[in-house]
This record gives sequence, structure tokens and C-alpha cells, in this order.
Amino acid sequence: MSATSPTTGSRPSLPAAFGLGVLFALGLALGGMTRPGKVIAFFDFSRGFESWDPSLGLVMGGAIAIYLPVYRFVRARTGTEGLPPTSGVDARLLAGAALFGIGWGLAGYCPGPAIVALGASPLDVVVFVLAMFVGMGAFHGVGRRR
Amino acid sequence: METFTPWTSLAGGLLIGLASAMLLLRHRRIAGISGIAAQALTSDGPARAWRLAFVAGLALTGAALAPFVPALFENTAPRSTLVLAIAGLLVGYGTQLGRGCTSGHGVCGLGRLSRRSLAAVLTFMATAAATVFVTRGLLGAGW
Repeated sequence: MSATSPTTGSRPSLPAAFGLGVLFALGLALGGMTRPGKVIAFFDFSRGFESWDPSLGLVMGGAIAIYLPVYRFVRARTGTEGLPPTSGVDARLLAGAALFGIGWGLAGYCPGPAIVALGASPLDVVVFVLAMFVGMGAFHGVGRRR
Repeated sequence: METFTPWTSLAGGLLIGLASAMLLLRHRRIAGISGIAAQALTSDGPARAWRLAFVAGLALTGAALAPFVPALFENTAPRSTLVLAIAGLLVGYGTQLGRGCTSGHGVCGLGRLSRRSLAAVLTFMATAAATVFVTRGLLGAGW
């Protein structure tokens, strides 16, 4: 491990970053997140609980079950400096989340699974992923900067 | 009709939690895919390199799994090109404005007991459900 201050963080090495991406993608695929119909079924109450598939809740719950105790350990040792704020709800946050949710509900892909699915079946997902990067770039003013 | 898959979904969640926890524990970074993907696009140098490697890990895992387990990528809710383009734009722009997606707010944010992230998660879950209600419940599935 690199010798870094406990509160500033460090960049993962390229192999480590790649490996974490692989692990994350395995979790997404195993969890069912790369099946848009399954994601949409988590939000589908058109036939009451008959059409509802609660699986996505277990994906999130399982991930939090690991993350929460690790976070508490990190916080107890080194505090929260350098991590994003946990309070301060503003209009931008809510507007952004609202737009994201509409897109997620329309296609059934959120960013991680879309990138995994791009590798799996490029032709089906390439339009979504390209549009997603255009949306990200538009927010950050990529066109204006170059 | 999708079937409830409690064990594989829970196992998938544990792997996601493990990857996210390792990034926090070893590197003190938030495993937010929308942020990592956007900065893989907009930043440069070493800040960009590890994020590109992470994104490559995501995509290449999909490519490696697909021939062996195609069911993992089955799409029972295909959308037209126009809808996919609109959805992608909304997801891309919305996650940057709202500073996070399912991973950054949903896993890491809720895992850090963040009120900001709770508000974001409740909001995107609500608008996703409303969107599905309108598109599936009222317009029907085949569009």
C-alpha cells in the first residue's frame, strides 16, 4: 500500500482499478441489474404485487450490509474528512435525481449496468451509453472547453 | 414477468458492497459509477487513467460473461432508439446534476447514513416508479 495520509485518499493502481471494476460488474450481473426488464419490474406495480420483483432491493441491501460496517470502521479511525458531505439537501440534488430516475425508468439501465451491458451486447446498448456520455459531457461543458 | 431471485441478487449485492468497501478502505474514495464514468471522460492524466481502467473492467466483464451466461443480459423490456437516446441523456445529465446514481447515493450514500443521499434515492426511486407506471401501466409494454 502507498504511504498516504489517512484522510486524503489515494488513486488505485491501474490493475487494482480494473480488478475493482471486474468485481463490481460481477455483482451487478449476478444481482440482475444488467437485465432492464428485471430493473423495471422492481418499479412495476401495474398489477399490484404480482408484477413487482423485489430483487433489486436485495442487491442494494446486500451491498449496504457490507459497506455500512466498513464505513463505520473507517469513520471511527480517520473521521470523515475528504468524503462527500452527508447533509444539505438542495434543489440541484433533487432535480438531478428526478431526471436520473426518469431515464432509469424509461430504459431500465443505470450507469454501471449500462457499461457492463455495453461489453455484453454492444449494439443494444450503444445508443443509451453514447447518449449518457453526451449528457455527462453537456453538464460539464466538454464542448465549450475544447 | 420477472421472477424474484433473492439469493443471486443478495450475492450480487455483497460483491458490489465488497468492491465499494475496498475502494473506501484502501483508497478513501466513493464507488460512484456515474462520477467515475464522467471523470473518465472529462479529466486527464492519472486522475483519468484509473477511472478508465475501472470502466474497462466493467465493460470487459460484460464481454467475458455474455457468451457463457447470456441470460444475465437478457432484455425483456426493449426500447426504441429514440427512447434509449432520451433515457441516456437524462441519466447522464441527471446523475451529474444530482451528483450520483444508484451506486454513489444508493450504496455508498445510504451506507454512510447520508441524508443527502437518502433524499436523492427516494427522489430517483419515485420518479423511476412514476415513469414505469406511465409507460407500462397506461401506455402498455410494447413501445
